[in-house]
Amino acid sequence: MLGRRALCSLLRPSVSSVRVGGSGAVAGRRGFADNTPATATDAAHQDFITAWKKVAPNMEPPKTPLTFMKPRPVVPGSIPTKLTINFVLPYQVELSSKEVDMVIVPATTGQMGILPGHVATIAELKPGLLSVHEGSDVNKYFVSSGFAFIHANSYTDIIAVEAVPLDKIDREQVQKGLAEYTQKLSSASTDLERAEAQIGIEFHSTLNASLSG
Amino acid sequence: MASAFLRREARRLGSLTASGTLKALTGSPWPQSAIHQTQELPAFGSRTISTQIVRNRMKSVKSIQKITKAMKMVASSKLRAIQIKTENSRGLWQPFTALIRDVPGISVKKNVFLIVTSDKGLCGGINSTSVKISKTFAKLESGPEKEPKYIVLGEKGKSILQRDSSKDISLSVGEMQKNPINFTQVSMLVDDILKNVEFDAVRIIFNRFQSIVSFVPTVSTILSAEVAEKESEAGGTLGDLDSYEIEGSETKAEVLQNLSEFHIVCALFNACLESSCSEQGARMSAMDSSSRNAGEMLDRLTLSYNRTRQASITTELSEIISGAAALTG
Repeated sequence: MLGRRALCSLLRPSVSSVRVGGSGAVAGRRGFADNTPATATDAAHQDFITAWKKVAPNMEPPKTPLTFMKPRPVVPGSIPTKLTINFVLPYQVELSSKEVDMVIVPATTGQMGILPGHVATIAELKPGLLSVHEGSDVNKYFVSSGFAFIHANSYTDIIAVEAVPLDKIDREQVQKGLAEYTQKLSSASTDLERAEAQIGIEFHSTLNASLSG
Repeated sequence: MASAFLRREARRLGSLTASGTLKALTGSPWPQSAIHQTQELPAFGSRTISTQIVRNRMKSVKSIQKITKAMKMVASSKLRAIQIKTENSRGLWQPFTALIRDVPGISVKKNVFLIVTSDKGLCGGINSTSVKISKTFAKLESGPEKEPKYIVLGEKGKSILQRDSSKDISLSVGEMQKNPINFTQVSMLVDDILKNVEFDAVRIIFNRFQSIVSFVPTVSTILSAEVAEKESEAGGTLGDLDSYEIEGSETKAEVLQNLSEFHIVCALFNACLESSCSEQGARMSAMDSSSRNAGEMLDRLTLSYNRTRQASITTELSEIISGAAALTG
């Protein structure tokens, strides 16, 4: 997984806006009741609570993340018209429960398009271009690695370590980086240096391709 | 506690003032017995020393109050900064919980408890709560061939655990808060953990930040790839995991492995942020109550100081007047 520093060096010197407002929807008020559709989990949770009470009757059992999450809708009978996506990063929630038409993610096997009604999938992502299609406007991001989960109810979660909107990336820096890493590969002496240089080249060429494509 | 201190003060005062002023002091709230339990009275006229003692005491209490107020301000400013980061990171673990539900009661052979605590003290009871919960968990999951292992983040947790389960601590990490917490740091930490510790299920125990006055102990259970695969094939709570297709050139096992590692990093990142938020909030409220206590103590000391001062003035006056009356009449 590629880290933050690699991407930071390519950002244009302009200040990137902090998008905190959107996070309120998901990260803010959450219901306490655990009404997820899987009854098996409820039963398991109840067993846990009874077992806890036996061992430590005076201590409150700790809460689990399930209590703090908004419940997800059940799998609908027919294919829904829109895809709902959550796009999260460690430092902010880019998109939360946004209804879109299509999402193209850079999976390890290549660009994968996700439409409503897609079969449930777990996809590993490699660095590349992520585009969100809503009607006629397209939002493009460059993501470092991560995962994409497509659930049966047309909910898609995309988790990436870093994501940058394409217009914030400086083209000349990308070219410079590519040249620098190509030069490093030719002058590499140890396996480690060669591997690092190769990673750098692959990354920069992908960036280049997504900027132009 | 404050009244015991005042009783001690009264004893010290009583030992220094003349017996005549003792009668004046008995009108005060201190019980008479406390004052009469004095040591031998010093020479007459040594009245200024008692006010000196009280004045010193007042100075030290005032400086304590200033320090605790300053600590509260520092904690509140740190809290504000880190609260934004925490709220932003809350979306990170939700996709994983939506995919692989959280089953805290799952029983596996190798349990590892990752406790997130603070490095510095003076933050209320949050560290001891986390450690208590993890110990109860260990008892819950105990049995034949099940050995619990602890990984402690933070010095305070380590010192509490070392008292009785030092042999179970497999890894302890300190000085997490020296630099602001970031994802790379946490991923390197998890890398380290995965290399050194074998586990079937790791439970991250931390205090989730609900509000400045409420911190909820939370436990996040993450299974290793093999256990997750076994459970999903067996059906039950993780049954839907099997229905997901794996998109990728690697096998299902490799993807599940990467998934579980990524899950741990994300959950731990969020846990560290929440825990440090709770620490700052708890420190704020602890420092606030201690500065309030210092203020109350200061009030009581001021009262006693004034009474002592006035009593000594009265004594002087009465002596002068009685002396003058003896001369003239």
